[in-house]
Amino acid sequence: MGRGKFVERVLFFLALSSIGSLALITFFIFLEGLPLILHTGLKDFVASSHWAPTKGHFGILAMIVSSILVTLGAMVLGVPLGLAGAITLAEFSPERLKRILKPTLELLAGIPSVVYGFLGVIWLVPLIRIYLGGPGLSLLAGSLILGIMILPTVISISIDALTAVPQLYREGSIALGATRWQTVRRVVLPAASSGIITAIILGMGRAVGETMAVIMVAGNALKLPTSVLAPVRTLTSNIALELGYAAGRHREALFATGIVLFVIIMILNLSATLITRRR
Amino acid sequence: MGLVGGLIFLAALGGCQPGKTGAQHSLVVAGSTSVQPFAEKLAEIYMQQHPQMRIDVQGGGSSAGIYAVSNGACDLGASSRELVPAEKHLLEIPIAYDGIAVIVHPSNPLTNLRLEDLRALFTGKITDWRSLGLPPHSIHLITREEGSGTREAFESMVMAQQEITPAALVQDSNGSVREIVAGDPHSLGYISAGLVDHRVKAVAIDGITPSRDNIKTHAYKLVRRFLLVARMTPGGPAKEFVDFVLSAPGQSLLEAEGLVGMVE
Repeated sequence: MGRGKFVERVLFFLALSSIGSLALITFFIFLEGLPLILHTGLKDFVASSHWAPTKGHFGILAMIVSSILVTLGAMVLGVPLGLAGAITLAEFSPERLKRILKPTLELLAGIPSVVYGFLGVIWLVPLIRIYLGGPGLSLLAGSLILGIMILPTVISISIDALTAVPQLYREGSIALGATRWQTVRRVVLPAASSGIITAIILGMGRAVGETMAVIMVAGNALKLPTSVLAPVRTLTSNIALELGYAAGRHREALFATGIVLFVIIMILNLSATLITRRR
Repeated sequence: MGLVGGLIFLAALGGCQPGKTGAQHSLVVAGSTSVQPFAEKLAEIYMQQHPQMRIDVQGGGSSAGIYAVSNGACDLGASSRELVPAEKHLLEIPIAYDGIAVIVHPSNPLTNLRLEDLRALFTGKITDWRSLGLPPHSIHLITREEGSGTREAFESMVMAQQEITPAALVQDSNGSVREIVAGDPHSLGYISAGLVDHRVKAVAIDGITPSRDNIKTHAYKLVRRFLLVARMTPGGPAKEFVDFVLSAPGQSLLEAEGLVGMVE
């Protein structure tokens, strides 16, 4: 066997092992979590809000709702800001500025989430408590922090989508007498739409899966939120908060929470893949 | 990223493994995360005095520690709760008392709470400071996460089989409960009495403050014991470590860390 062939084999096995670990993780989450869902019944698990795992109540509805609300909140902040940033960088900034700003934005993705959470607790939470009321640790705080955290994802994938639009389209549009803004709005954005939607969905996935920052700023209360100032607990927070001590059914219930999260993330990622493929 | 990290952590959760070490004697202490920082401190000092000893202190929670001891996976278990009847075949060695202090912001005029009112607060029946005779404002209640030893102790001493309201904020350590109460004038939470500092105010329960003396005499109601648990009368290194913990230097070390010693 030649040297090239050998290297090829090694690389193939390395690639396989990363897929293998993903498969193992999936397998174990289901192995550990399914018994509880079978025990309590899917309906009582996802349609009840009564979570008292040491007393035999395993309803995660409030957390599913909270996860969705926090993520939507993050989208409301992150998508317009991210899109505006991406359009400015891709279409309206000189090359030099872009070369400085894009890596800077990507640096934002490298900041550990605990740092975002800490800044949230120190600055954002007291501001909310003093000026808007409530305990400060809230749905709003979680959404704002997550909205900032998804910016790098949304911006860099959107920029890639925008720059992938052929220059010919822009030249054609401008030759027809359209202004630059009209060109961006009517030609470039529609042409890049599937890439931009992918950016938004991947940002959503990041928001749903984020844990540490949310635990620190969202308050983790188990009640269904009645306002944006109410504290909430997301699915990820639930797992990370209670994992340390959980045993028996309680532990299974946390893995089962992981299954629900897994399904949500899978749906998001699959739809991102499908939308990209349609291009 | 958060999800993947969490899942790997889930998958990696293991049991309690006796430590491999080059030292002549080694000892594994596992259990309560409330006891852990104190046990680590004791182990650190003990190892300084006995360089041939190696003591591994692991967390995992009271129940996990007790389970590990009963199946021989570690030498000593650490528990911040009492043994249940099914665990009574194990030997319990009380090492210290810990009070659970109910804390509010220093600017809060509240100085005393009746135990019934404390229960009414945490069941969600009292939600406004007005009900306690203070200026009206909603109360920001803070509790610990399900499974925490401090929460378990609080529930058994205060809640009388009732559940803590789902409206309460949940934090996963004594430290973050204290941090929130220190910053929020309308909040109320509970933490280990040893960790109360000047930034928060501990209120009296039924007129009795969580002072060292009141905890020692049990005049203060919310007192729990920290236990070491062994399978049988410990011998060898385990016995020597237990003797150290119960000796005057060991006990004063615990007192210096904020607990209340068992022996004078």
